[in-house]
Formats: sequence, structure tokens, C-alpha cells
Amino acid sequence: MKHLTRSARALAALVALSLFTLLLAGCDAKGPDGSSEIRMQGAGATFPNPIYQKWFSEYNKANPGVKFDYQSIGSGGGIKQISEKTVDFGGSDAPMKDEDLGKVQGQILHIPTVLGAVVLTYNIPGLTADLKFSPDAIAGIFLGKIKKWNDPAIASTNEGVTLPANDITVVHRSDGSGTTYVFTDYLSKVSPEWKNGPGTGPSPSWPVGLGAKGNEGVTGQVKQSPNSIGYVELIYAEQNKLPAAAIKNAAGEWVKPSLDSTSAAAAGAAIPDDLRVSITNAPGAGAYPISSFTYLLVYKDQADQAKGKALVDFLWWATHDGEKMAKDMSYAPLPAEVVKKAEEKIKSITHQGKPLRS
Amino acid sequence: MSTATTGQGPSLQKALASQPTRRAFGAGRLADSLFKLTTLVFALIVAGLVVVIIIEMAMNSQLSFSKFGFDFITRSIWDPVHEEFGALPFIYGTAVSSLIALFISVPVSIGIAIYLSEHAPRGLATPIAFLVQLLAAIPSVVYGLWGIFVLAPLLRNQIYPALQKTLGFLPIFQGNINGLGLLTAGIILSIMVVPIVTAVTTDVMRAVPASQREAALALGATKWEATLIILQNARSGITGAVILGLGRAVGETMAVTMVIGNRPEISASLFDPSFTIASAIANEFSEATTEIYRHALVELGLILFVITFIINATARLLVYAVTRGQGKVAHA
Repeated sequence: MKHLTRSARALAALVALSLFTLLLAGCDAKGPDGSSEIRMQGAGATFPNPIYQKWFSEYNKANPGVKFDYQSIGSGGGIKQISEKTVDFGGSDAPMKDEDLGKVQGQILHIPTVLGAVVLTYNIPGLTADLKFSPDAIAGIFLGKIKKWNDPAIASTNEGVTLPANDITVVHRSDGSGTTYVFTDYLSKVSPEWKNGPGTGPSPSWPVGLGAKGNEGVTGQVKQSPNSIGYVELIYAEQNKLPAAAIKNAAGEWVKPSLDSTSAAAAGAAIPDDLRVSITNAPGAGAYPISSFTYLLVYKDQADQAKGKALVDFLWWATHDGEKMAKDMSYAPLPAEVVKKAEEKIKSITHQGKPLRS
Repeated sequence: MSTATTGQGPSLQKALASQPTRRAFGAGRLADSLFKLTTLVFALIVAGLVVVIIIEMAMNSQLSFSKFGFDFITRSIWDPVHEEFGALPFIYGTAVSSLIALFISVPVSIGIAIYLSEHAPRGLATPIAFLVQLLAAIPSVVYGLWGIFVLAPLLRNQIYPALQKTLGFLPIFQGNINGLGLLTAGIILSIMVVPIVTAVTTDVMRAVPASQREAALALGATKWEATLIILQNARSGITGAVILGLGRAVGETMAVTMVIGNRPEISASLFDPSFTIASAIANEFSEATTEIYRHALVELGLILFVITFIINATARLLVYAVTRGQGKVAHA
């Protein structure tokens, strides 16, 4: 008897709870409409997520009426969601391809926000000197043609360093990633064999090596395996004080990865008006060759005036005030000439043909 | 409906005191049928969900299915850049890593189960069973981290070289040792499978009627011989346990992806890196930018779904067989 009542009570509680939850959910859905708060939804690249979150929180402090949400689901997801208009803005490390842009209804603009770079890191027991790699050596290692650390292609650029005669263990990302996209984009530019073989993409078919998940996976693997080499994001390498190789850039200089040399790559590259550009192997003095922009993707014509205005104001703030926070968070800020081009793009965003910022 | 039941409280109490329980339940017929309906709805929602998932997955793998057809299962190329896809390396990696896991975990689990159900004093059986169950509560990412930082270096520096030295004539122990690969994934999986196989096997062995055990002992069998008879009686149930463990191994994602080396390639050596279906999906889905790439990944998921479905159905059948068999034994 007691048992029966108890279960009945439990059931009643369950029903009440579900009703309550429904009620709450209903309230939540109504809330933003009732108040004047504007909520902007975004999704995309994981690489800029930390700085975007910082920007959104800082921007919200200055403009309490506007709230930005960003899901870091990857560039692929960002492109898909902005193309299907399920978000107000997308994020992507790689610019969208012409064919993908052609499929979208409406025009999508690429607004660069910050720069990233890919760093080669390695683990050779007993080696303390920093290594230098020529583009040929990097392509050879990742194509599986250079198998030993003391191969002439590596030894010739590292005079005075004793390299072991051990096999190289190559570590790459196993998860599809913008970092891999940038790295393979670089390899395709410096090596015809790579271009015609594995090619450029977020998860190519690797000729050699082990796949590890995420920057942390690659780092862990490189640290654990003697005689290994892998690639990670610059931020990750800096924060974890990983050894980083200097790479010979297009101008023939040896450049170590840093925030400044990454910004220099953007400054030296020829940037088209639509800002969709790969800046790997960029010319220009002091340019680190494996660098890239990361973009916010927005529609040129905004359907909702209030949201469009909020988005434009935020983009303006991000490319000006926001850039000042970049270095503290280990992101390379946009060089001034790129900010100028981004300004033009932001000004060109309209609602029903009328510009939202002039 | 709850008020209806509680409102009946006092009269119900009286009814209970004077009448058998049947009438007490009859008094809440409305509540009963409502309750039945509610539970039916819950059951239907879940069953419907499975159907929806299958349809959704079939629809979302159309592109790759129409391009590659059933060759998808037998092709071993996986090249997202050039949009060439085939599932064979993933199916191979999933199957072999799971089989290694079973090969290691089944003898251990049955050993634990024999000890727990036949030999262990109660004061020891409970804590051991508890500790084994605890293994199942460890998050798989923790297993993965442990695999990268503790197990893989140990295997690479000590165990694998020794294995290669003694059994190196076998092709499965040849080649380059880097600590990550099929064998390492199988070893991690075996640890994760042990609690499941142990728990079910212990239960199945305990379900064998005591009369069997007593009869064997009465006929002069040693304790070991009696255990053998019990094992024989429980064998289909143990097979069911093994298959449940297999289901666990096949679907494991995080721990495997951290130690398997993630390389879609079939090679003879167990030291070489490989890839499983579940870890491929987890790894590549977020950046699957082209339509056909996404469809190929969903088709991989569909294949995994079919595999787990077959495994679960087999387990059900075997467990059903053993419970029926036991009924007969008890009656005889």
C-alpha cells in the first residue's frame, strides 16, 4: 500500500517536473522577444574560439543589449550552417570555395578576424638546438620519402647539429581540422608531388604517419615518441613551450614562427578584394610561410535590420578594438592594410539595399 | 491521475486490510490504464526513434551509396580530398581490435567469474566484484590518456620488443614498433570489456541450479570438475556475455582513437596503426565539408549500426536459449 502511494507520488512528481520544464522552455523561447535583447548565433572554426569567446564577453559588457553565442563545431560545420542560414554568422579557417559560394542563396562575405600559423614541432632525444627545415625537407618527410633524421635534405640545412640515424615517426592530425588544411595547403604550394598526390584538405590521405586527435593529441604523441615530428597550431606550441622549427620562406629567409612573423605573412601577401586568400608561402620579408587568416562568414544583405546592425557594429569593433586583445591571447592581429580592406567589406553590408554602417 | 490514486488512500487501505490485493488495484483502474498508456507512449517514442535514426542515416548516405554501391564495403581507399571512399580498413580495424580485446579479456573474465561464483568467500567476493565493476565507470577518455602516457610507452619500450624477439617469425609481430596501433587498442579495449563479461558470466554461473553442483560433488567430482560441469551448463549464457562485450568493444570511440594511430590502412602487423569505424566518424565529421564526404561518414555509421544490431540480436538469442535451457534443467 505504502509502496503504491509512493510510486504514485513519484509519478506525480515526474509529471509535474516535466510540465515545469516545458513551462521553463516556453519562457526561455519567449524571453528575448519580450525584452529588447538581441541574440546572435554563430558556429564554426574551433581555432579562433578562445578569442571569439573573449570578444563576445567583452563586447557584451560594453553593449549589454547584444549577446553573441558561438558553437565551435569546426569550419565545415560553420560553412554548412551559414549556407543553410541556420546561424547568423559562420566561422571558417579556410575561405569558402567558388562552387560552394555558388550554391548559396545570397552573397556571403569573408571578414578576416585574426591570423594563425602552423608550427613544426619535433622530439629528438638529446637534441637541444633548434632545427631548420627547407620546404623540400618538410614535403619529403610528410610524403614518406625522407625516412631518417640524418637524411642530407635535413642535415644540409642544420650544419653543426648531430642528427641521429633513426627512423622519423610522423604524427599528423586524425581529426579533420583547419590546421591540417593550412599545412597541406602549404605543402601543395611547395611540392608538386604533394599537390598531385595527397592534395589540400582538412583530412587528406596521409602517405605516412600516425594520426592523433587534436593539437593536444599530436603534442602528446610527439612528446611520447622519440624521433618524431608533428605539426600544431602556433598558439598551442607557444603556450606549451614546444620546440619549433624555423622554415625557409619564399624570400629565402629562415623564419621562426611567432605572432609577428605571422602578421608579416599577411602584410606581404597580395590580398584580393573579396579577402578570400591563402597566405601560405607568402612573399614578403620576415613572413612565416605556414600562416593563414581565419574568417567570420556573414551575408552581405541582412534580413533583419536590428540583427544586421548588431552584427556590423560587432565586426567593426572586433577588427578595431578586438584586434588589440589578440596578442595577449597568442593570436596574430591583422596588419593595418588588411583591416582597411575588412572595413570596406563591413561597410558594404546592407539591409534591403541600405548600408547598415557608413 | 496521481490525485486519483492518492485520493483513494483511506478506502484503499481498508480494502487492502480486508481483501486480497486484486481489488485494491481494481479500484484505480483509470489510473492504471492511464499509467499503461503513458508507459506505452514512452516505449513507442524510443522504438520510433530507432526507426527514424535508420531512415535518417539511409537518407544521409545516399550520395556515397549511389556512387560506390556495395563496393563501399570492399574498397580500401579513404581519400576525402579526392572524394574516394571505402570502408574496408575501418571494418578491418574495428573487427581486429575487438577480437584482440575478446581474446585477452574473455579468459580473464571467466577466471574472475569462476572465482567469484564458486570459490570466493562472500566477504571477498563483494569487494572484488565491486572493484571490477568500477572499471566500467571510468570514462573512456581517461583510458585513452592512460593509454598514451603509461601503456603505450611501456608496450613500446619493453613488451613489444620482447614479443618481437620471441614471436617475431609471425607476420603479426613484425615491422616498426611505435607503441600505437591495433594491438595497443585491443589491449585497452580488453580492460574496458572485462567488467561487462565478468558481471554477466558471474550471474549466469550463479543461475545454474545448486542441484547440479551438489550432484556433481556427491558423485565424487572434485571442485574443479564440478566447476567444469557448471561452465558447461552456463556456456551459452557465457557466449551471450562475450557477445555483449564484443558490442562494447565495437562501439568504443574515444579510448580507441587515442591509441590506435588512426590510419585507414590494412597491414599484417598488429604493431601498425589502424582505424575503427567509430573513431573515424568522431574524428572526421566536424570538418567533413563536402556533401559526399559527409554521406560516406554516415554510411560508415550505418555499417556500424548494422554490425551492432547483428551482435545484439545474437546475444539476445543466446541469452534466451540459456534461460530456456535452465528451465528445463531445473524441471528435470
